[in-house]
Amino acid sequence: MSTARLNLIGPLVLGVVLIVAWQMTYWAIGDIALRSPWQTLRFSAELLARPSFWPHLVETGKAFAAALAIAALLGLAIGLLLGLGKLAGDVFEPMLIALYSIPKVTLYPILLLSFGLGVSAKIAFGALHGFIPVALFTINAVRNIKPIYFKASRVMKLSRWATISKIVFPAAMPEIFTGFRIGFSLTMIGTVLGEMFASQRGLGYLLMNAIGLHNVDIIMAITLMLVVFAAIVSSALLAIDRRLHKRF
Amino acid sequence: MTNASHNDVHKDDLHVSLRGATKVFRRADDGSEVHALGPVDLDLKRGEFFAVVGPSGCGKSTLLEVLAGLSTVTAGTVTFEGKPISGEVPDGVGVVFQEDACFPWMTVADNIAFGLRQAGAAEGEIRARVEGALALMGLNAFAASYPAQLSGGMRQRVCIARTLVLQPRLILLDEPFGALDQQTRLLMGEELLRLWRETGATIFLITHALDEAAMLADRIGVMSARPGRLLEIVETGWPETRDSTIVEKPEFGHVTARLWQWLRAESMKSVGRMDRP
Ligand SMILES: Nc1ncnc2c1ncn2[C@@H]1O[C@H](COP(=O)(O)OP(=O)(O)OP(=O)(O)O)[C@@H](O)[C@H]1O
Ligand SMILES: [Mg+2]
Repeated sequence: MSTARLNLIGPLVLGVVLIVAWQMTYWAIGDIALRSPWQTLRFSAELLARPSFWPHLVETGKAFAAALAIAALLGLAIGLLLGLGKLAGDVFEPMLIALYSIPKVTLYPILLLSFGLGVSAKIAFGALHGFIPVALFTINAVRNIKPIYFKASRVMKLSRWATISKIVFPAAMPEIFTGFRIGFSLTMIGTVLGEMFASQRGLGYLLMNAIGLHNVDIIMAITLMLVVFAAIVSSALLAIDRRLHKRF
Repeated sequence: MTNASHNDVHKDDLHVSLRGATKVFRRADDGSEVHALGPVDLDLKRGEFFAVVGPSGCGKSTLLEVLAGLSTVTAGTVTFEGKPISGEVPDGVGVVFQEDACFPWMTVADNIAFGLRQAGAAEGEIRARVEGALALMGLNAFAASYPAQLSGGMRQRVCIARTLVLQPRLILLDEPFGALDQQTRLLMGEELLRLWRETGATIFLITHALDEAAMLADRIGVMSARPGRLLEIVETGWPETRDSTIVEKPEFGHVTARLWQWLRAESMKSVGRMDRP
């Protein structure tokens, strides 16, 4: 009870501090480049009331959901494969780490060429960002499973598939989830970035368009929506993450 | 118990047999070899209670893994119920490991039920057997707890229960009571004896406690410092219906004294001291 309340106090304080800082920056800089928190909130509500806004939101939501699903499944599959196979892991893990550290934007032209300008390019771009942490965390999680669990699995005569689904997966779950949590944020960045560079629909597109037109209202409102969404989901994921780790 | 073969008349037939069983580990990094075990010759009769004592690091766990079929011998043969064991755990063999092998992501009850579920037993049967095992191990109140909420000794009891519900014909236990206090250990020992009588299973128990070996076993194998060989097999001659009160008998003192005689020199070797002449 008291720890639950403590867990809420931190984010609340942070939120208040951010809003105050935002308001003060607004006072300092003025209307040319910024809107106040209250103005942004009001314009966001206005934007959400416009029927023409919703298709963009839905487009981004769908692309993000698809990218996240691909990132999670692909990352998990690659992670299990490389984590269980020592040789494959030794060969491919450094490549994944290299891919993790380069700016993915450099790969975007290639993605555009292979997927075209439509929704699949930004899904691919989102997934490209997200699958690597899932894969890297899964590899490590699988390698760190206590060997005794595999012995127990042999004594109970589990098939290879049962060993993976009943032992490897749950034993590695907390770490895999941490990878997923990081993958979530990166997939979101990737999806919106993908929309900004080459797309005719979606929040990223609206954002890019607004930058071109210097429409500060839209820029601020969409940024606020993205930040609030990311913050809420990330905190929820972090809470689950902590709970999963507690049992181990 | 359900397993008919347990109560068969062949009390004296051969259940497990080792001939020249040897294990040499080769390290993957530098290719150096560790001669961990053997050669060991050993016959276990069906339904006998055999204990092993030996200095630490002498190869007891290695011997157990060889018997379990978890580890292949580099020389010699291992037979269980007449069939050679090679690289696979035979049906009817249960193992309680020295390390904590409870699955932390499952409740105590699910841990115990796990093997039965995997083997495809009926849900009603599973529930009945799990309840029995929980009661036997004094874990009733913790059925819905997760292992992280239990003490080390209780987790080890979960592991014992998990093995027992499968009703193995050969039970291999690697220092199962190591994490328990002396009183609980004696009581768990009595439970193990009762179980052994009821099921007729063959028991192979590794322990570092001489009194525990002397109280529980029909025969006690004393192992040498690494590479582990059987130096001597001490017969206790206890009646089948025995319990912890056996420690009061003078014969009990004789058995532990004999074990210590054999072990003293070996233990000194293993802690790096030479025995004085
Ligand atoms: N996989 C392995 N690779 C290399 N050496 C090993 C391996 N497993 C065990 N050994 C070595 O074999 C020897 C015997 O180990 P084992 O675990 O069987 O001893 P033990 O008698 O069970 O010891 P303890 O009393 O500490 O449980 C030790 O020297 C150990 O270092
Ligand atoms: Mg050992």
